[in-house]
Amino acid sequence: MALDDSRKTRQFRIVGTRPDRPDGIDKVTGRARFGADMVAPGMLTGRILRSPHAHARIRRIDTSKAEALAGVKAVVTRADFGDVPDHVADIMENCLAGEKALYDGHAVAAVAAISPAVARQALRLIEVDYEVLPHVTDVDEAMKPDAPVLHEGRQQETVPAGMSGNVISRVEFGHGDIEAGLAKADRVVERTYRTAAVHQGYIEPHACLATMTADGQGDLWVCTQGHYMVRNTCAAILGLDQGQLRVTASEIGGGFGGKTTLFLEPVALMLSKKSGRPIKMVMSRSEVFRASGPTASSSIDVRIGMTREGRITAGFAELRFQGGAWPGAPVGVGAMSGFASYDLENVKTVGWDVVTNRPKAAAYRAPGAPMATFAIESAIDELARGFGLDPLEVRLMNGADEGTKSSYGPTYPAIGLKATLEAAKAHPHWTAPLGKNQGRGVACGFWFNFGGDTSVSLSISPDGTVTLTEGNPDIGGSRAAMTMIAAEELGIPYDQVRTVVADTGSLGQNEVTHGSRVTFSVGLATIKAAEAAKKEMCRRAAMVWGIDEDAVEWEDGAARPAGPNAGKFPPMTLKEIAAIASKTGGPIAGHHEVMAEGAGVSFATHMVDVEVDPETGATKILRYTVFQDAGKAVHPSYVEGQFQGGAVQGIGWALNEEYIYGKDGLLQNAGFLDYRIPVASDLPMIDTVILEIPNPGHPYGVRGVGETSIVPPLAAIANAVSAATGVRMTQLPMSPPRVLAAIQTGG
Amino acid sequence: MSRIHVTTKINGDETEFLCDAEATLLDVLRDELGLTGTKEGCGTGDCGACSVTVDGRLVCSCLMLGAEAEGRQITTIEGMAEGEVLHPLQKKFIEMAALQCGICTPGILVAAKSLLERNPDPSEVEVRYWLAGNLCRCTGYDKIIRAVMDTAADMRRAS
Amino acid sequence: MVKVLLWGSLADLVGGEREVAVEAATLRELLDRLGEQFPGLRPELERGVSVSIDGRIYNDSWFTPIGPESEVVLLKRLQGG
Repeated sequence: MALDDSRKTRQFRIVGTRPDRPDGIDKVTGRARFGADMVAPGMLTGRILRSPHAHARIRRIDTSKAEALAGVKAVVTRADFGDVPDHVADIMENCLAGEKALYDGHAVAAVAAISPAVARQALRLIEVDYEVLPHVTDVDEAMKPDAPVLHEGRQQETVPAGMSGNVISRVEFGHGDIEAGLAKADRVVERTYRTAAVHQGYIEPHACLATMTADGQGDLWVCTQGHYMVRNTCAAILGLDQGQLRVTASEIGGGFGGKTTLFLEPVALMLSKKSGRPIKMVMSRSEVFRASGPTASSSIDVRIGMTREGRITAGFAELRFQGGAWPGAPVGVGAMSGFASYDLENVKTVGWDVVTNRPKAAAYRAPGAPMATFAIESAIDELARGFGLDPLEVRLMNGADEGTKSSYGPTYPAIGLKATLEAAKAHPHWTAPLGKNQGRGVACGFWFNFGGDTSVSLSISPDGTVTLTEGNPDIGGSRAAMTMIAAEELGIPYDQVRTVVADTGSLGQNEVTHGSRVTFSVGLATIKAAEAAKKEMCRRAAMVWGIDEDAVEWEDGAARPAGPNAGKFPPMTLKEIAAIASKTGGPIAGHHEVMAEGAGVSFATHMVDVEVDPETGATKILRYTVFQDAGKAVHPSYVEGQFQGGAVQGIGWALNEEYIYGKDGLLQNAGFLDYRIPVASDLPMIDTVILEIPNPGHPYGVRGVGETSIVPPLAAIANAVSAATGVRMTQLPMSPPRVLAAIQTGG
Repeated sequence: MSRIHVTTKINGDETEFLCDAEATLLDVLRDELGLTGTKEGCGTGDCGACSVTVDGRLVCSCLMLGAEAEGRQITTIEGMAEGEVLHPLQKKFIEMAALQCGICTPGILVAAKSLLERNPDPSEVEVRYWLAGNLCRCTGYDKIIRAVMDTAADMRRAS
Repeated sequence: MVKVLLWGSLADLVGGEREVAVEAATLRELLDRLGEQFPGLRPELERGVSVSIDGRIYNDSWFTPIGPESEVVLLKRLQGG
């Protein structure tokens, strides 16, 4: 959809301001209902029995004693589900193990009982005969020819013959001649970087309330980023028509990608079918860590060459990602995004998707990009510093711009990378003095963003208030933005519009809330739905005035005759037209359904100051500034919120968070005490600068912002710690023991 | 297995309930009394989403047994507003966008209110350390800290 | 004829050509022709790809028009979080 020039220079009334969010009161009073907050008469507690082994053949499951326990109303295993379609086979297997348990925590059976205590007892009565197998949890180990193999026959045609069966696929991107480019460099940095698996860390565990009735109708209440995805996946697994299952999205207590898939719901529905009662299923915190979807761990080789003037002559990266026990680590997208900030003649990235005995990876905010960017931005920083060059200048010199052929193929339209770099250069943070043991780091980052299936309906009540019905769970304040857009387009006050996230029975299909898509896609659909409503209201006014419908236009919340020849009629406001809707043809609404395309990429530069204690290796974040291109910030407070939230998740990933596996293949830190996410006392304020380089594909120029903000921090902080200690950090997290060891050994 | 009868006061109201011996106060609030504003994020006292006050003391309700509520005064997020009048902290959190998903918000509000009752003029560091037991994954804490300090200043001016 | 840029590992499956040409006026025709002319690409096409047309990324829209001068790049299927 081409940029409409009249909208580009438009003065907005509401868009760009900071009104109160519509769900605010519910959330500050505890009234808002999240996944675990719903009840149903007669409901049972559902609980899952999980494998205590990292890799084991399941020879037999005997559920008879559990079924006989008083208070147990249903028991379910994989045998209760028939064959499922190929596209949901891996998800099914993750929800309930078939032949093998593939990771510590893998679901093996489930019970429904009259209380949590009876359910726990029932689990203890299920007897599982395991044949324990050797396991592998490290990505490089899993690629070795003698590694224990998880699956036979999954290796894709892209993998050279002779590699371990755990290596599922290989991708390669780029252009030019790497060796020739490196030969032109004055220095080449060649290093291996490693990142640990981390969890999205949402505070709300997975939860659902499922009901399947005897007539094959299902009702599901669930915290999810995509209730249509839940509906369609559960329907496929259970052999239902999509229309038989109605899914309502609860308020969601964080997702960040981890709730774009499902873990409990098909099992809960099956328990409900077998017991004839509603089933409530909530994960404990340790289940969330062991058995939901952390992101991939990685091992990355980088070779980058630079001239002493700062020109990057070639960039190469090989990324090895393990995505848990099934294919799907985000290595392809990671490989595409790693060099995306640069205009390079010679660039190549290779990616390997490897399976290990770990939980199935799910998306985590810009999946794959933070790891790739960590490695590449660290190497570029090392080269720049080695030559005594300014890291921001080096990035400006080599930075991508409109017309650059990107490292992953397409030519960029207008983009905001250089604007963020210039803003960073000009900011007082850049020249603030640093003290002893302190260092400053910068890094750039990028994310694609996307569109996707979107349905929106805008309905007008008899009193002229407006309901906007959409199908995307609100994970960051998007209801406020949609309300603002609808009010802006209709020309009415913000408080006259209410945005509702409706269940799957109300709209046809909506893509999951992910890919930083909602403000872009749902906003675009809202603008179109408003246009349709305005057109209808103009038609009604034209009927009342007895003039041609083309002679009426909409302005400032009212229908008006268009031009002096149309006639002298005073404007009819939305309220006035709504009041007579029944008399002029019936209720008035506008709707729009679209597969939204044309999302704009979002670039960012992050700047961070740290202080490293040389005696303990502990890193303190002193100051942090985010510079990111939002295209057009609809509600600046929530755009800032995305910048800050992503940066802090990146701080955790860089300094503290990691999945720790024992030699036995079991997860050692499945709780918030030992899986340490940032707390308020760890951090300073996170300053933000919003740049606005309009996205040509959106009427207001909106770009998604939610994901880019987690891409630069790993590298920015590594660069800062490296500067503070004089030692190049190549492994995350940079926890105190690691930093101390690096200081003591000199790297 | 017989349940324990407990008499207590919740948000100013006399309340009686039955609970299992091993039920936590959090379980009781949510599952017996339907007060689902208090959230379970971890069940082990690490996240603060279940924060309530017990006789004026800030407590993780997942670390306390339901039976221990006997004879005590419990306040939860549901008792923070007075009728339709929001507490200044609640108003400010909305105004300053100090929440995104909102799951940690009840615990943080209860904790922040408890802080301001003890210390009406906290420094930024004091606010950060007081709230260190309340995990938030969405906001990075920036707007939360600003909202608490702004509210403290407003409340000092008003008193 | 539309020129289509293939990423490195896909090029390996079509005999090393980084750029191929097919007759296509829409995205669907493009993907169909690619599958017909280059059987080595079929598994990846079946797994799903994203396509960049003149710098804008499309996932599935069959009837997206493609001009003979358009820059067309095949990408790995994009997934967000």
